[in-house]
Amino acid sequence: MSNFYRDNPEIKKTIEALDLTEVASLLEDGFTSESDIAPRSAEEALDNYFRALDIAGDITGNRIAPTAEETDRVGNILNEDGTVTYTPGIALAMKLFAQAGLLGIQIPHRFGGLNMPCTVMSAVNDMVSRADASLMNMVGLQGIADTINMFADEDIKKEYVPKLVSGEYSGAMVLTEPDAGSDLQSVKTIGYQDENGNWYVNGVKRFITNGCGEVLLVLARTEPDSSDGRGLSCLLVQNGPQVKVRRLEHKLGINGSPTCELVFDNAPAKLIGQRKRGLITYVMALMNGARVGIAAQGTGIGEAAYRAAREYAASRKQFGVTIDNFPAIRELLVDMAVDVQASRALAYYCSKCVDMENGLTQKFEKVKGTPEAPSVRERMKKYAAFNKMITPMAKYFGSEMSMRVSSAAVSVLGGSGYMKDYPVERYYRDARITTIYEGTSQLQVVAAIAGVMGQMTADVIEDILGAGWSDHHPRMKALLADLDETIQFVKTKDKQYHDLSARRLVDAAVTLIITALLVKIDVKPKLEHWLHTRFPQAHAGLLIVRGGHDDAVAKFEEIAPMPVEE
Amino acid sequence: MSYTSVVCIKQVPDTAKVTGKAMKEDGTINRAALPAIFNPEDTNALEAALSVKERFGGKVIAITMGLPAAQAILREALYRGVDEVYLVTDRKAAGSDTLATSYILSKAVERFSPDLVFCGRQAIDGDTAQTGPQIAEKLGMPAVTYLESIDFKDGRALVQRDIGTGVETDLVELPALFTVTEKFGELRPADVRLVMKYKNYEPNTLSCDDIACDASRCGFAGSPTSVNKIESVVLAGKGFKSIEPKIDAIEALVKELRDEHTIG
Repeated sequence: MSNFYRDNPEIKKTIEALDLTEVASLLEDGFTSESDIAPRSAEEALDNYFRALDIAGDITGNRIAPTAEETDRVGNILNEDGTVTYTPGIALAMKLFAQAGLLGIQIPHRFGGLNMPCTVMSAVNDMVSRADASLMNMVGLQGIADTINMFADEDIKKEYVPKLVSGEYSGAMVLTEPDAGSDLQSVKTIGYQDENGNWYVNGVKRFITNGCGEVLLVLARTEPDSSDGRGLSCLLVQNGPQVKVRRLEHKLGINGSPTCELVFDNAPAKLIGQRKRGLITYVMALMNGARVGIAAQGTGIGEAAYRAAREYAASRKQFGVTIDNFPAIRELLVDMAVDVQASRALAYYCSKCVDMENGLTQKFEKVKGTPEAPSVRERMKKYAAFNKMITPMAKYFGSEMSMRVSSAAVSVLGGSGYMKDYPVERYYRDARITTIYEGTSQLQVVAAIAGVMGQMTADVIEDILGAGWSDHHPRMKALLADLDETIQFVKTKDKQYHDLSARRLVDAAVTLIITALLVKIDVKPKLEHWLHTRFPQAHAGLLIVRGGHDDAVAKFEEIAPMPVEE
Repeated sequence: MSYTSVVCIKQVPDTAKVTGKAMKEDGTINRAALPAIFNPEDTNALEAALSVKERFGGKVIAITMGLPAAQAILREALYRGVDEVYLVTDRKAAGSDTLATSYILSKAVERFSPDLVFCGRQAIDGDTAQTGPQIAEKLGMPAVTYLESIDFKDGRALVQRDIGTGVETDLVELPALFTVTEKFGELRPADVRLVMKYKNYEPNTLSCDDIACDASRCGFAGSPTSVNKIESVVLAGKGFKSIEPKIDAIEALVKELRDEHTIG
């Protein structure tokens, strides 16, 4: 047992390197709040952030981690009356998080929240996921409160946000349907109004995390004549007799998170914000928040897997020595350690960009019409543009990293790693979902590629290291030049080739951005290893793109024909 | 019905981290070499008081006696939802044994006219388990040791206590004092909002005069206990005795064990 914040100095070091001083000032509106718990200076705010992480580290390390194995084994139970009984570990964890005030991390003080940045939320998610990846899906649902707080009418906020923060209610984002997964524009669930203007929801939703929760944010079609995303609105349904959990899914991993199939039978609802903006504004915001959460979740799973493997390698003897003496094992472990740090750096930086965009948006509302407004607006737009690229990048890298690292951990443990006696097989199973939900890796690449093609990578590096960085980092300068050249090459090709090349271009851009962050965080030996191993891979990827080889598309049927049954 | 609870808590050296530097040459504790922590069973006592407040309302007051550094555990108590905290600190209290300590604490507790008083069963530095029951004695309250759970019925406390071989259920007149072990349940985590509120809070202090203590009953003056010597006793089995599996032989063995005060 151990405090997951205190035993992992990388968390604090990464946050300190990113410097949240301005974020704190924006969040606290220049430290003018009248709340008796609000900080009075940036220094005090940062102290609060680290204290919150210390408490989260205590809960996750000392109380939750010991329950994770049982949670995975027993899972949640769907009762005959349609209610769901959480595993003892998940029930305890949610109670402890509520008691600690950690279910409203980004919620304003007036609703009982901590008014802390997304970066703190991500560090909490990192530790939660190290303890029990499935719990992150529950703790991360405070995004429901964030969404209501950001977009709903004041009376809905007052009714629901404090109860979500206190743990009296829990929430769910209810988007996916049998025929609407990655393609949410084809949602069929109906939202309609009666003659008195009251809203109702009808339809079936599936794969809903915590669909048994009290507050359901449902994406539904409110414009019957529409067929795309512009006809969808966001409706709040409070769980009741008109909502039924029809089944709980049996999954490969994250067994502590109840995944529900829900049936809405004329369930009473409330409209969140404005009609038709459900998908294009609210759900996109909610989903972006969830993607940042998964970037942190991947980081935490990687951390857990790396530690288990490192400890095992130091104690397991073969051929008369512990296996951490063998170069092949050492390389696995070093790659894992660097991969986890890289993912943490990108996830936290992404969170900081979210904080900057949110903070500057709020500030812009206040300074409109003053001489300060244009510069605030310009910076707000800069971070908004960054987020469109970096959020999918962080989700993509963090989730793929968790697969690499948990798989490597099983390799280090060998036969033991394949057995239930050690936790690494659980990490491996838990990691698998992270590249799928909230948009697959392939879709994250689709979301990130526009920024990469628009050559935003250099702007991001400058945001991290300041102007003039290229004078001191020749290898980064060379890779960026290679990337730019490759982008120009791809621009001469057709749409199919753009899509085919996107992953390798994004990989090179991610490599560059992470390098800048590792320089900033000052983790020298890890940075060196990263440069020596990842840069050649990134260059190779770009070389493949410039080779113009498009057989995967052009000769698809020849190379991968449909199997024919005899 | 709501209840006013007082919880007596203590800052102790973390005896789980004892090293060769734990004792000074003069035989006293080297506090610099041992981290100071919230006495473990006092955290369970605090949870008991907070759970009563959560279910029935009322307030919780935490009191500690010690050096100014003991403020740290009072703040920890505030972070969990305690309403008021007091530090009893006075040179006159220095060197108090359990008799003097329970006298001073009883005078402090008395000020708040509590319905319920909670103490940890024992502190890990002295392991006497005497202070709680002695406070009850001085306040004329029933002392209920080894509390496992608490409820209320007709103005009395309905409690379960661990008696080693099982659980005893009692109805207790109030006010009453309870000593608590880890079986009651782990202390809730600190609430970040309360940490933000109280992290720089300076607890109220009380001197022996403030709580009208008789100086002759405080500190060294009020402490008849003196430690003669400390030795490390290692218990080891020495041989064994076999008896016939017959009633007579078993009775004889029981008599022998009883006469030697091994049992009973």
